[in-house]
Amino acid sequence: MSTLEIKDLHVSIDTEQGTKEILKGVSLTIRTGETHAIMGPNGSGKSTLASTIAGHPRYTVTSGSITLDGEDVLEMSVDERARAGVFLAMQYPVEVPGVTMTNFLRTAKTAIDGQAPALRTWTKDVKAAMEQLRIDADFAQRNVNEGFSGGEKKRVEILQLELFKPKFAVLDETDSGLDVDALKVVSEGVNRAHAEGNMGTLLITHYTRILRYIKPDFVHVFVDGQVVEEGGPELADRLEEEGYDRYAKGAGSAVAAPVAAPAQ
Amino acid sequence: MTAEATTEKARIGAPSIAGFTEEGEQLVASKVDRHHSHGVQVMASRAERLTSHDVADFAFPNGREEEWRFTPVRELANLLSDAPTDGDVLTVSVEAPEAFVLRTLHAGEAPRGATLVPADRAAVVASANTEEALFIQIPANAELDEPVRVVLTGKGAGRRSNSHHVIEAGENSRAVVILEHDGSADHNGNVEVFVRGGAQLTVVSVQLWEDDAKHLAQHDAEVAKDAVYKHIAVTLGGKIIRMNSNVRFAGEGAEAELLGLYFADAGQHLEHRSFVDHNVANCKSNVLYKGALQGKGAHTVWVGDVLIQKQAEGTDSYEKNQNLVLTDGCRADSVPNLEIETGLIEGAGHASATGRFDDQHLFYLMARGIPEDVARRLVVRGFLNEIIQQIKVPALEERLTEAVERELAAGDN
Repeated sequence: MSTLEIKDLHVSIDTEQGTKEILKGVSLTIRTGETHAIMGPNGSGKSTLASTIAGHPRYTVTSGSITLDGEDVLEMSVDERARAGVFLAMQYPVEVPGVTMTNFLRTAKTAIDGQAPALRTWTKDVKAAMEQLRIDADFAQRNVNEGFSGGEKKRVEILQLELFKPKFAVLDETDSGLDVDALKVVSEGVNRAHAEGNMGTLLITHYTRILRYIKPDFVHVFVDGQVVEEGGPELADRLEEEGYDRYAKGAGSAVAAPVAAPAQ
Repeated sequence: MTAEATTEKARIGAPSIAGFTEEGEQLVASKVDRHHSHGVQVMASRAERLTSHDVADFAFPNGREEEWRFTPVRELANLLSDAPTDGDVLTVSVEAPEAFVLRTLHAGEAPRGATLVPADRAAVVASANTEEALFIQIPANAELDEPVRVVLTGKGAGRRSNSHHVIEAGENSRAVVILEHDGSADHNGNVEVFVRGGAQLTVVSVQLWEDDAKHLAQHDAEVAKDAVYKHIAVTLGGKIIRMNSNVRFAGEGAEAELLGLYFADAGQHLEHRSFVDHNVANCKSNVLYKGALQGKGAHTVWVGDVLIQKQAEGTDSYEKNQNLVLTDGCRADSVPNLEIETGLIEGAGHASATGRFDDQHLFYLMARGIPEDVARRLVVRGFLNEIIQQIKVPALEERLTEAVERELAAGDN
């Protein structure tokens, strides 16, 4: 049983207009086996939270803490966080020239586990995971994300989630840009990883539709860098009905966005 | 994202080339649009470029000429002058299996000069100032399991050196010839290659010069019927390197592969030019040059010319250049030129892509647990390996992999 604990987190970024505070005191506790959905309108700071957990250099933590089983995550470099068991499925996975998927997956697995995976079982595991996510076998010889479609990139993120077996998975709008079939395939991958029982999940999304496939235990509504409401799965249903408008009005902000996914 | 990345790809195969008639007659007759080029103004056919054995035919370049426009010619006065080799500046040692003949050829002694006709000032003064050309002759039907290794060591920066090597792979022979350059000199080196019928020859030219060396080179090959020629340029060291690797055919069914790998650090100018002259029908060619750049003022140039002459029906050709820019302050010039005079070909394509390895790549790999130094190595090693593994001489492959690692380690400081 592991715990990822975020306490009163304040995060800012440097912009041309000066420093801008994005997260204004976020507290969140995720335990192994739990799925937390973070929902909120565009610009509410959801993705900032995801990137900050992973250690993206663009974001500066001005106060608060993130700990993993009591260890200070903010003190760790990006690669140390990954090796400690934090995985970020990125909203915009990057194309990496010159590195084949095969080489990349093996190198990352070796770094995360501290030893090279047994070659025979590893090759089999990769092949099986790719098949389940309906990723063509020839992707193994292609460079990381190079020329992949948006949906293919997201599947490859979940492929890594399944192979690297992190303690905590942060899924940053993994559902965006996916058609219904791809959304199902990707969700099944997340559910498989979750079913192994050793992972906590932080699911960041703008829309409720992914929650039809991945059932959250807790829902947190994010507006203007803060959690404004928390509840169980029934809160997601209410958001589907009502949208984010009432929070935006309550916060005195102009932020408003529809919740329902646009028709595919 | 890769803000500075540019990608350009084209793959065209007969008979679907826009504007071409089935025979290509109309185009050739009217000379309209037969030159297909990127990044430069339309110019005369590559075939019309001057070649000559006479020094007087080549004036000192001023840097505005098409073939010199990327090169820092002002730093090449010593190399472009009609001057002899400075004493013992270059030592040449040859290691080889028994099945070959080593002797010298004076100017005009066959086959010297039959294939290599100098195409610029550097090449013409190099041959004119080499009285005796080293002649490496692989007998017909000989199959060499060990490579012929020629090590050229320069013994003084700024000291002029000229050389002309002639390599002849006899009919149905099979061999690998490695030319290794180290030390320092102002070296002008020509290499003339005959690949006789059915022979398979690989020539690897490795530039591991000291930082202050300058090296200009013209490597010309003629590939006979059913022969296979592979030329691999590996350029890691030197201040200014400019290597022309050219090939033409002497019989049908021949194949040529021109490959290159370069890694430019701060202040290095590494220039590679290739020219495949499809002058004979039913031949194949493939050109692939890959480069990495790091550090302020690192400059690489690749100009790849492919000419498919009217009679070269059934040609299959492809050329590609890829550059990986590792830091700010680098410049990679890449110019693929393709001229096609017949539509009756199997295929003709060219591609050029220059991309950056930037903080986003680094973040992605590190977010998967990979430490920063490993991430950098992973990218560059993977990128350049495609060329190294074509050498197929394990000892040399290993040395070059280590040399690339050292380049990377130097970039970390």
